[in-house]
Amino acid sequence: MTLLTLDKLTVRRGECPVVDAASLSIGTGECVGLIGPNGAGKTTLLRAALGLLPHEGTSSLAQLPARQRAKHAAWMPQSREIAWPVPVERLVALGRLPHGRRPGPADQTAIDSALTRMGLDAFRLRPATELSGGEQARVLIARALAQDTPLLIADEPIAGLDPAAQIDTLQVFADLAAEGHTVLTSLHDLSLAARFCTRLIMMGQGRIEADGAPRDVLTEANLARVFHLSARLIETDHGPLVQPLHRIP
Amino acid sequence: MKALLVLATLALFATSLFIGYAPLPVTDALLALFGQGDDLTTTVMQQIRLPRALLSAMVGAALGLSGAAMQGYLRNPLAEPGLIGVSGASALGAVIALQTGFAGAFTLALPLSALAFALVAIAILLALSGPRGGSLTLILAGIAISALAGALTSLALNLSPNPYATYEMVFWMMGSVADRSMEHVTLAAPVMAVGAVLLLTTGRGLDALTLGEDAAQSLGINLTALRLRLLIGTAAAVGAATAVAGAIGFVGLVVPHLLRPLIGHSPARLLWASALGGAALLTAADIATRLILPDKDLKLGVLMALIGAPLFLHLIYKTRREGA
Repeated sequence: MTLLTLDKLTVRRGECPVVDAASLSIGTGECVGLIGPNGAGKTTLLRAALGLLPHEGTSSLAQLPARQRAKHAAWMPQSREIAWPVPVERLVALGRLPHGRRPGPADQTAIDSALTRMGLDAFRLRPATELSGGEQARVLIARALAQDTPLLIADEPIAGLDPAAQIDTLQVFADLAAEGHTVLTSLHDLSLAARFCTRLIMMGQGRIEADGAPRDVLTEANLARVFHLSARLIETDHGPLVQPLHRIP
Repeated sequence: MKALLVLATLALFATSLFIGYAPLPVTDALLALFGQGDDLTTTVMQQIRLPRALLSAMVGAALGLSGAAMQGYLRNPLAEPGLIGVSGASALGAVIALQTGFAGAFTLALPLSALAFALVAIAILLALSGPRGGSLTLILAGIAISALAGALTSLALNLSPNPYATYEMVFWMMGSVADRSMEHVTLAAPVMAVGAVLLLTTGRGLDALTLGEDAAQSLGINLTALRLRLLIGTAAAVGAATAVAGAIGFVGLVVPHLLRPLIGHSPARLLWASALGGAALLTAADIATRLILPDKDLKLGVLMALIGAPLFLHLIYKTRREGA
């Protein structure tokens, strides 16, 4: 089953296309990594796909009415905003907003399992704003998990996390995909992307430059062409390791 | 918490009815309230004290509620309902009514003129900030409208026909619920009710905004509709409050801030709490104006500023300490 289809999705800033005729289709059980240099249009692509930006072309998600879309896809923006010092549990419970007004047992189950999955049981009653940056990131992921949608879209969820927390987060995403959810996430760590994602989409200057299995996308030629990076790919027991060497002028 | 606020509001409301210039025994006053007893006592209770008590509670609730909604929407504890320029415009409407003598035409001429100006202000605000404008455009448009309304108010004072009119305008702007009639209550009540209903429906959206605008939208919240409900609701509540009571500051700023930690910081729960808290605070302040200087007609707005400013200073001090 396809969960997200983009057809010639284009977003313009003035005349200049920031996302240029991007087409893709994502099915159940995939953990898709969106990679590309800064300014390639990753965030813009994700936001337009969700219908948060005016765009040309079509996104199956943006066509849904807002309520239905909220039950279909959860979104984790890159900026980790928590405006008020609400307790962690209540912040995570915000993920249940699309599921109706009166909180029921199903809501509590979803909140509890999201908190447990992110290792936040001990933090339930702590004000979310008093946690460290990494803990806040986990709380916001738990919030998205509590929304319990078939599709989870995240914008650089592991930026600013320590290596162990990065691995933990991507492991949660890989587990979700294995359980039949679908994950679409942008990220910058190419080695982790290769290791945890079932598929990679590489963007450069608004266009989708490569799309496929990690080994097919992460080639030295693609890295040189799209990232302007001279890099060595080292095969290890845990998948390919990307060793960046220097910028290609 | 809510039960406690309801009790406090009711107790203060009752106290407000039984305290006044003429000392009346509680039983007589209670009977007179329902039309039993001598004519003088009945008139005092039904025509003077009841509207005064009702108005202080209604105005307080309107200001508290719109303050809580505004802070939730802008995700800023220092926001207040006056920010969007409606109270300034409403005050201008009242001052112009006094200046031109229109206020004397019929009982409700002044509040109606004030309400009309509040409506014009919100129309200008919506036109200036556009249907999808961000919070920054909104604040800037509000500042521009407030500044213009302030300048025109000064002009009206400047061109005042006689010293007596000037006194009237200045005293009106200080804010008070004394010497109002039931007609003021029936004029303000429906407008405030519309505003309150609109504002109370913003709870889910304000809760979702805790996570930022993008995340709120992805949770199915229509931000454009939320903003419209917030602005029109605030304009109705604050416009009507200012029209009948003059400019009363600090309630919308201080009440949500004081109650926020007590209700667990949720913007949705804060709406009800602040409405009740605003009603309680303003009723208490109005009682205080009668107890402190019974012969001097101490203005409610002046007393509120005297209580509010030090509270605000304390708040800034606390914010600084938490930030450090």
